[in-house]
Amino acid sequence: MFDYDYYLRKSKMPLIWCPGCGDGIILKSLIRAIHKNGFTKDNVVMVSGIGCSSRLTGYVDFNTLHTTHGRAITFATGIKLAKPHLNVIVITGDGDATSIGGNHYIHAARRNIDLTVILFNNQIYGMTGGQVSPTTPSGKKATTAPYGSSENIFNISGLAIAAGAPFVARTTVANPVQVERYINLALQKKGFSVVEVMTPCPTTFGRRNKAGAGVDMLKWQKEHSVTIKSAEKMSPLELDESIVTGIFVDIEKPECRTEYQKVIDQFKS
Amino acid sequence: MNKNSNNVKILSGNEACAQAALAVGVRFFAGYPITPSSEIAEVLAGELPKNNGVFIQMEDELASIGAIIGASLTGVKAMTATSGPGFSLMQENIGYAIMAEIPCVIVNVMRGGPSTGLPTLPSQGDIMQARWGTHGDHQIIALAPFSVREVFDMTIRAFNLSEKYRTPVILLLDEIIGHVNEKVIFPADNEFEIINRPNPESKDNYLPYQETASDIPPMANFGSCYRYHVTGLAHDETGFPTNNAEKINQLLQRLERKIVKHTDDIVEVEEYLLNDAEIGIIAYGSAARSARHAVKLARNAGIKTGMLRLKTIWPFAEKQIRDFSDKVKLWIVPELNMGQIAHEVEWAVRGKVPVYKYNKVNGEPINPEEILNCIKDKINV
Repeated sequence: MFDYDYYLRKSKMPLIWCPGCGDGIILKSLIRAIHKNGFTKDNVVMVSGIGCSSRLTGYVDFNTLHTTHGRAITFATGIKLAKPHLNVIVITGDGDATSIGGNHYIHAARRNIDLTVILFNNQIYGMTGGQVSPTTPSGKKATTAPYGSSENIFNISGLAIAAGAPFVARTTVANPVQVERYINLALQKKGFSVVEVMTPCPTTFGRRNKAGAGVDMLKWQKEHSVTIKSAEKMSPLELDESIVTGIFVDIEKPECRTEYQKVIDQFKS
Repeated sequence: MNKNSNNVKILSGNEACAQAALAVGVRFFAGYPITPSSEIAEVLAGELPKNNGVFIQMEDELASIGAIIGASLTGVKAMTATSGPGFSLMQENIGYAIMAEIPCVIVNVMRGGPSTGLPTLPSQGDIMQARWGTHGDHQIIALAPFSVREVFDMTIRAFNLSEKYRTPVILLLDEIIGHVNEKVIFPADNEFEIINRPNPESKDNYLPYQETASDIPPMANFGSCYRYHVTGLAHDETGFPTNNAEKINQLLQRLERKIVKHTDDIVEVEEYLLNDAEIGIIAYGSAARSARHAVKLARNAGIKTGMLRLKTIWPFAEKQIRDFSDKVKLWIVPELNMGQIAHEVEWAVRGKVPVYKYNKVNGEPINPEEILNCIKDKINV
């Protein structure tokens, strides 16, 4: 049995997350991946923004920083630049990272700073009660889209790819082994890496959109996940009803803090 | 700073600010270009890597303040510099730094507002924004230098106060102070004090937000084997969020108290020919330069005039102003705004003597003659 307790602040439990929420699966996968990487707890800094996902930092025994809405990546950038030896992990959600914090997300990817972003995509603002997010699918209902969303959505992984991130992967909580594996690879990557994890919110998304309980939503994820390869052969209409999972990008490119160190070193006699 | 010891240089206020930051040990700067503050960023972009420090131009001011708070949390002295529009964007995270007690310095080289306003022209319009820009009840420290040498000294003081009280400090320059070039005699390293944040003595049972006699809890550098939680939510002594009314009150009262009870340590004023003065002027920043000259002009004209110059804007020099209100017959408060400090002065004076505003918001500085005319006017009232 894997010993999760070593990494948890059990006194802070029970978790704030609702029954059927997928966030706990990501929490456990993340802990296993950190363990696999052999990071010491003292050398891990976990930074989060605001939202359901971002409450994760309260439950793990690392250096944990719960920041303001949308700004987790900026705080993390300051930490990584000041203390590059630390393993800096950002915990964020679809609203946090791509709505209010969208600018920081794409600029951190462009800059290629060595942060690992675990992006919980539940397609809704769960913490505030179910408002529409940049990833709420068109036609789906939210408290602020009572007749169904009229907008298009962000492809969160696509944003990071376009902005130049050297590691981008998407998976779902229906596949915890893959979540762990992708996070593991992201942690190893020297550069800005994103793991987008689709996670169901039965309470504020599922109920309103008749998607069923947590288990039903997990099943939906499992049945509708397709690999990047099979997605290539699918029509846009079919893709609308699917979650494309896999590693989109895994390349090496110069990391900004490492490059900046070269500037500093020029002045060392 | 060794290379500058006992050096005489001609520098602008913005350049002096950057030099002082290096001298006091700043090793991290994050900022976004904005007139009239950009020289601070430009100097530090060149100097920080030479001093084993890091400079980064962020994507906006929201990011800049986030980055300096993150860096400071790890134990590195960090700052940003901006002007009105950027200062507006920073407000939320200034509140975060207050709540989470993370030292940092925010320089605001004030320009005319509101909105984009007057990017290249001076103003003192952000006095109240410095005080109440971020939401919620809070205390803030803000300083306003009036010469290039004082920019140097006050930048050091801003960091010292920030580290000592674990709170963000706002350094309010204005376009004139930021861009005026003056001869600066740099102090030697041993001629100024450097205060660093209180560090915990032991890792055992470390409470990041402990109630202490000083009201300032020792601060462990993030990532240095103290694993703790930091949040902008109301929290207890452990740093974790709480909804317990008693714990919430305990935190908010301590945050208030740690500044208020040290008001005497934080507030600095300069008395200029005030002892026998019948006419008192209260001024700060660039307006105080003109006021100082106006005092001389008035004295040449036989009018006993003096100035109380506010070096610390917040907390407010209420006690000093009230004390001198027993001596002067009236106060004149010249400002490059609509009277933001004048209203505070009225409140401090409590009706003892009349308080007259002299305001200008058209992008032009206040001339000494204008203040002199105002003095003559009020005498004849």
